[in-house]
Amino acid sequence: MKIFDLEKHSLREINQSLQTSEITEGKKIYEIRNPKGSHAVAVGLKAKINVNIHGSTGYYCGGMNQKAKIHVFGSVGPGVGENMMSGDIIIEGDASQYAGATGHGGVLLIKGNASSRCGISMKGNDIVVLGNIGHMAGFMAQSGNLVVLGNAGEGLGDSIYEANIFVRGKVSNLGADCIEKDMRKEHLVTLKRLLKKSNCSVKPQEFRRFGSARTLYNFEIDNVNLY
Amino acid sequence: MNKKIDHSVPQTEPRESWTFSPEVNAEIRRAAATGIYDIRGGGAKRKLPNFDDLLLLGASMSRYPLEGYRESCNTTVVLGDRFAKKPLLLNIPITIAGMSFGALSGNAKEALGRGASAAGTSTTTGDGGMTPEEREHSSMLVYQYLPSRYGMNPDDMRKADAIEIVVGQGAKPGGGGMLLGQKISDRVAEMRNLPIGIDQRSACRHPDWTGPDDLEIKILEIREITGWEKPIYVKIGGARPYYDVTLAIKAGADVVVLDGMQGGTAATQDVFIEHVGQPTLACIRPAVQALQDLNVHRKVQLIISGGIRSGADAAKALALGADVVSIGTAALIALGDNDPVFESEYNKLGTKAGCYDDWQEGRDPAGITTQDPELTTRLDPVVGGNRIKNYLKVMTLELQTLARACGKTDVRNLEPEDLCALTIEAAAMAGVPLAGTDWIPGRKTEDVYGNIF
Ligand SMILES: Cc1cc2nc3c(=O)[nH]c(=O)nc-3n(C[C@H](O)[C@H](O)[C@H](O)COP(=O)(O)O)c2cc1C
Repeated sequence: MKIFDLEKHSLREINQSLQTSEITEGKKIYEIRNPKGSHAVAVGLKAKINVNIHGSTGYYCGGMNQKAKIHVFGSVGPGVGENMMSGDIIIEGDASQYAGATGHGGVLLIKGNASSRCGISMKGNDIVVLGNIGHMAGFMAQSGNLVVLGNAGEGLGDSIYEANIFVRGKVSNLGADCIEKDMRKEHLVTLKRLLKKSNCSVKPQEFRRFGSARTLYNFEIDNVNLY
Repeated sequence: MNKKIDHSVPQTEPRESWTFSPEVNAEIRRAAATGIYDIRGGGAKRKLPNFDDLLLLGASMSRYPLEGYRESCNTTVVLGDRFAKKPLLLNIPITIAGMSFGALSGNAKEALGRGASAAGTSTTTGDGGMTPEEREHSSMLVYQYLPSRYGMNPDDMRKADAIEIVVGQGAKPGGGGMLLGQKISDRVAEMRNLPIGIDQRSACRHPDWTGPDDLEIKILEIREITGWEKPIYVKIGGARPYYDVTLAIKAGADVVVLDGMQGGTAATQDVFIEHVGQPTLACIRPAVQALQDLNVHRKVQLIISGGIRSGADAAKALALGADVVSIGTAALIALGDNDPVFESEYNKLGTKAGCYDDWQEGRDPAGITTQDPELTTRLDPVVGGNRIKNYLKVMTLELQTLARACGKTDVRNLEPEDLCALTIEAAAMAGVPLAGTDWIPGRKTEDVYGNIF
């Protein structure tokens, strides 16, 4: 185990050490202590390494992650795992706005709640939230899966493209062009995989699926009041 | 009732309304028939105060000129040395603006890269990400970080020479991009992760930050991801240049790109292009003032774009305090856009050479603003690259000619005192005296000879 301490090491030193390609992949754990709300912790990682962060972070923790497994024992600020490409990010606490925004791949697991705009513009990543999510989740989400075990706030899936949103609890209301859709076999398979990966015992059948009605895909003047 | 007109009596002439001009009426009829606003490419077409309304004074008794061709006149500029470990060194203060693969064909992007590289300057990606072709053919490539984040990935970011965070564009400050279904080819769809053939509307706001305070953190994140090596530009449309530039500097930009309302776009509502933003000419002085007030003029470099066509435009923008100018539309014209050789094909599209602006339709006869496999082959990237190189060289020579005529050993030594304005509007916007007077409308404190009133 290698220990970094944000009270002793600069953010630059820590990120640089974690980013260097020669870093030993595998079982070794890199531990970051005393994040105390620091921004941009463990961003731009590109090796298959394990990073444990003890405490809560500020903005963009794990931003643009590739391959690494980042585990935060605390809560995270806005934009956790933004634009992540692959790897895993696990948050023991809650996440602020824009969690997993624009991500292209990998899995973001939030064990607490996530605030507004969770999964905004997601492009292929998977997000699992064990608690509730705030308003405008999945806004303009292009592809990937957003799984919510709790409730979803207002405007869910507004202007959504081809992403899937699965909600187990209540949905306040749906955003423009978002509708409830049939749960087909492939969706149950996806859900099962993500729930298993997240160590959740709930059943895929307990969820409802939401996605695009595709009425906004090509401009139609009669839809103008939907925009 | 068929009263005959008595031609022996003088008649009122048929008179067109200035308010309801034939153009306005045609647009009303088009709107009524189709139910959709007009979408098009290009920049504002209305007449606006611009660089033609300024003149350079040249040297005479009080200043002496430099010998053309002999005495050196520096054109190199370093961009991004405020915080970045690897700033960009441009041979010429003219760059190629961000235009997306998607809006432009792969060949057009390659030609821009080849031409810019041969001239020693940078080119810029656009909405939709970086293609391997443009990376390969651009010796200096600026990677745009846009609200849509289409194709955004850390590998390309690390491959870039600089990163440009796009907050807005002059053609549509406050608006997002648009790429209509016809242009969403398989490759474009894949790069953007969208279904083929849908109308694609890019977001107008960034998904994970909203104001200057979190932009500052965003910039920190990007610097951390790229090891503090790459210059970070912030691009804004010409809306409130003094405040916007101030906030961009505060957020930590190395370079500010300011795009005035004449700036081109691939596709947007005409109402946006013609009615939002300030003319380029009006944006420069407030932006420079912001840099000066924060003591970073020349330390944070200012790139100006929006309607730049020639070395004369560049000279005037630099004289007003810009470090570099950037071109979009002019580069497309250099490649063959709107060339009269395609007149008959433009006619078939219901337009004519010089007026073609339906770039969103992807039927460009010149093969530039299209993804159509047949049309794109019309532009040879090597020939196109050569044309861009030539054009950039001519612009640079023109710029040097004017700078030498004003006695400058560096094009960036041009200053507002080298200029006068032809119109009151231009004098007020550019903050230089009206020709033949010492009057700068809107300035109270000092006349051009330094007399305080
Ligand atoms: C075809 C085309 C595509 C463009 N695409 C982008 C883009 O993707 N991102 C961006 O920031 N600006 C884009 N722009 C705007 C240019 O970067 C630049 O601001 C503008 O063209 C400058 O004005 P000019 O065309 O008068 O030179 C585009 C412009 C054109 C003409």
